[in-house]
Amino acid sequence: MTENILSVEHLSFQYDEQPVLKDINLSIQKGEFAGLIGPNGSGKTTLIKLILGLEKIQTGQIHLFGTPLEKFKQWHKIGFVSQKANTFNRGFPATVYETVAMGLTGKLGYFRFLKKKDQANVYEALSNVGMEKFAERNIGDLSGGQQQRVFIARALVSSPEFLILDEPTVGVDTDNVERFYKMLADLNQNQGITLLLISHDIGSITTHVTDLLCLNKTIHYHGNPNNYQNMTDEQKSQFYGHSMNTVTHHHS
Amino acid sequence: MIETFLEFPFLRNTLYTGLMIGFIAPLLGTFIVVRRLSFIADGLSHVTLSGVAFGLMMQKKFALLMISPFYTGIAFAVIGAIFIEYLRGIYKAFQEIAIPIILSVGVGLSVIFISLADGFNTNLFAYLFGSVAAVSRTDLYIILMISVIVVAIVVFFYKELFALAFDEEFARASGIRTKTIHILFIVLTALVISASIRIVGVLLVSALMTLPVAASIRISRSFKQAIFFSILFGEAAVLIGLISGYYLEIPPGGTIVMTEALILLGTIIFNKHIHFLKTRG
Repeated sequence: MTENILSVEHLSFQYDEQPVLKDINLSIQKGEFAGLIGPNGSGKTTLIKLILGLEKIQTGQIHLFGTPLEKFKQWHKIGFVSQKANTFNRGFPATVYETVAMGLTGKLGYFRFLKKKDQANVYEALSNVGMEKFAERNIGDLSGGQQQRVFIARALVSSPEFLILDEPTVGVDTDNVERFYKMLADLNQNQGITLLLISHDIGSITTHVTDLLCLNKTIHYHGNPNNYQNMTDEQKSQFYGHSMNTVTHHHS
Repeated sequence: MIETFLEFPFLRNTLYTGLMIGFIAPLLGTFIVVRRLSFIADGLSHVTLSGVAFGLMMQKKFALLMISPFYTGIAFAVIGAIFIEYLRGIYKAFQEIAIPIILSVGVGLSVIFISLADGFNTNLFAYLFGSVAAVSRTDLYIILMISVIVVAIVVFFYKELFALAFDEEFARASGIRTKTIHILFIVLTALVISASIRIVGVLLVSALMTLPVAASIRISRSFKQAIFFSILFGEAAVLIGLISGYYLEIPPGGTIVMTEALILLGTIIFNKHIHFLKTRG
């Protein structure tokens, strides 16, 4: 039997009368590598914030690991990688090690200190993303791609079962993007981590994911990425509102 | 030089208090600076001033001697801290506006209390610019208590405070009660500020929390290193500032802050020429 990691039912959300999400229904099963695409302003980030409990649900329901969001407490089962490689304060005095160890905060709980085993986990997460040699370096001194790998290690250090990545390739140079997808595929296939990857870039994502979701305020397509690739532009624009091939948004 | 401080009890109290605040102010200051909340210290110090003025007025007008300005200063600072958070919640889009509001209310109240008491004498001057002779034995014990509380909370909540400082969104997504931790942090800041005004005075207390940190983050690679150097610089400035202030007959607030400014200048020059710690390893 497949296990539902995430299920969203009839979820709608609006900011000051402005509808952002309309009647979203979706589910992600254990072992999937799901890709969520949509243009800027399609509500991707809002959907993620709702799933992570960073925004209050207005209508509808979200279940994580079968538990309603309001009662969900095992946040260490979920790893989150935001677009931070672009936005975090580069002058912050923190080493790569300190940054990754931060990922254990929620799992350890209050009044607990890092033990030897936890420290070993930090190094393991770093070697998972090929950054173990940089442990004592200042995070601000690294390149965008290296920083993003550190943030993935921070998400991995608590051994999550479900990893959510919001535009993780923004700010990563193109040479490293392919390498980055390989790493994600390895996490998914060899370590059994369920993935949800959010992107506005349909080109590279459809070749890697096992399940594709197209969002533009509501879910326009949910299924096999190959079927989506084989659709005509006309069919795609029906789902999407306009032709996908012309979508070349860049985040500012 | 330092023997004089150990010889006279009132100077000894000042020295011990100075060393305690030289530790806790930069300790909390490191979190304040990296969270870009430096102005909160300024806002809270002015609220503390209104508390001090209130206490002085009660003493002068109503001869309520048990209401020490020191205690009313602490109380006003803590209330002000909670109020800043309340205002930041209301003005979500302009959170920084909470600080000028609190700061001006603090100064406004101070002016009212001071004039109601028909002005003050040198007492107020000591609260504004600090004093080497202002610390009583009771004050010393209260500041010791505040220091123990601050250090204990920072040690026990270190990983939460660090996560909150680095990335609030991530901290929330990890299930940390960021709001509670933040309120705790702001109340601690209020306590440290009200403890520090005895030595450095209301007008310069925020400098004690931010200047050593401004110097230390220029040369630190890790957050723990930043805390270590902040405290080291804070203690050095307090020691040099207290002793020179005493001998030069200048309020220690001025000499401590100028020592810190020199340390900061030193680290800027040092950092320009050699990347020592940041790139090592």
